[in-house]
Amino acid sequence: MMDNKMICPERFENVVEDGETIGFAFLGRLPYYRGLGLSMIEDIAVSVDGEAVARADVRFEVRGRRYRLDEMESVFDDRWNFGEKARIIVLRPGGLAQGPHAIDFAVRMRVSYLPFVPTAKDRKELLLAA
Amino acid sequence: MTNAIKRGVSLYSYQNETFQGKMTLEDCIRTSAELGAYGIEIIGEQSFWGWPEVGVADADIANWHRLIAQYGCTPVSHDFMLDYKRYKGREMPFAEQVASVRNDIDFGARLGMKFIRALVSIAPEVLVAAAPYAEEKGIRILIEVHAPLHFDHPWIIRHAEAFEKSGSDALGFLPDMGMFLFAFPGVWKEKFMRIGVPKNIADYIEQAYADRVLSEYVILNVQEMGGTGPAIAMAETLRHNAAFEPKRMLDYMPRIHNIHGKFYEMTPEYVEPSIPYDEIVRVLQKGGYQGYICSEYEGNRWIEDAEEPDSVEQVRRQQVMLARLLGEAEVPALKTPLAA
Repeated sequence: MMDNKMICPERFENVVEDGETIGFAFLGRLPYYRGLGLSMIEDIAVSVDGEAVARADVRFEVRGRRYRLDEMESVFDDRWNFGEKARIIVLRPGGLAQGPHAIDFAVRMRVSYLPFVPTAKDRKELLLAA
Repeated sequence: MTNAIKRGVSLYSYQNETFQGKMTLEDCIRTSAELGAYGIEIIGEQSFWGWPEVGVADADIANWHRLIAQYGCTPVSHDFMLDYKRYKGREMPFAEQVASVRNDIDFGARLGMKFIRALVSIAPEVLVAAAPYAEEKGIRILIEVHAPLHFDHPWIIRHAEAFEKSGSDALGFLPDMGMFLFAFPGVWKEKFMRIGVPKNIADYIEQAYADRVLSEYVILNVQEMGGTGPAIAMAETLRHNAAFEPKRMLDYMPRIHNIHGKFYEMTPEYVEPSIPYDEIVRVLQKGGYQGYICSEYEGNRWIEDAEEPDSVEQVRRQQVMLARLLGEAEVPALKTPLAA
């Protein structure tokens, strides 16, 4: 459900910190009728223009708190809320060139009552403004 | 006794709009109240960001009570989740599960709820252990009986036996009407055809469902018809859904305190083609049910790939249907259009 609403079109941008472009970011939502504690987000997979990003290069940020994916597995005091736009950051020195890019975004979540571990996916072409 | 049964809405119904920020909590409550559906059910963590891991500020709770009072509504149920798989690779220990339920009892009490909803996968021992605290707080814990489970399934019978043995009046059931799926929903069939199920196979599965053919035979037949991927997935929905009989609720009426008015599609003629609401209302009235039927729209996920769901219109149609079946004189109607 809501898979086609996972990737948000706004705020697709390069991330500049301390004068250096460390990567790029987009806004992503959890495709679910509720939120989840961060420990139950098993994986966030990102590809850009068909090229898979290493798990270690993905960062997840909500309300100004930034996490590595391995670290999230033991975070029990923060959530990805219902409909909340998380900032998905991909570390990539120099970021992306301006123009259109195809983004693949997949979230694997551990849901207590389901007899399987679902992975939800979205793909959108986003425009990186200058 | 004409109308002991009351109408309500689970705000789950508006999830497509609330997810996108197109409806606020106030919009949801006002819309429901205008339709005469004054009972409000929520999934706590859907309506209140932060619940349960972070917590919810008193100001947000105060706002809830202000809205409930302003629109003349009644808090009915806080549906809790109990994430017993919170820890990777190990299940949450028993005592911690009970403590988690107690936390949700507290939250339900803060919201003025009568009930909290437990998911069907939760063990009866956990609920029995939490029952004394629920009694203390004036809350009942209701386990949601939901397809593929049903009132004759051994897991539900085990719950019923544990509830009786406990002697507690704070334990009960919340049946989801989706377990009485008497026809294959049209919105399901159309979705499966959009993702590649050939029409002849989709027609066969729909008819096999109507003929009550055992799911395993349907799956095999679809394979033999050359069905793959989505066609098998469509046939496999028969493993998880069946036309159980509404009258099976009668044995459990003393413990049934809330009803999920699940629906997948309401036609412009105010009919849910796959769930027999006329029979359901007859059974509930016969059983002397006096609680709420809360709309639970779940067609959204079946159509969203093709069109933007209109949850409010779907809920309005179901409320018109329910009001008719309950013999109400007035036809529910919206007064305030939502801002575009």
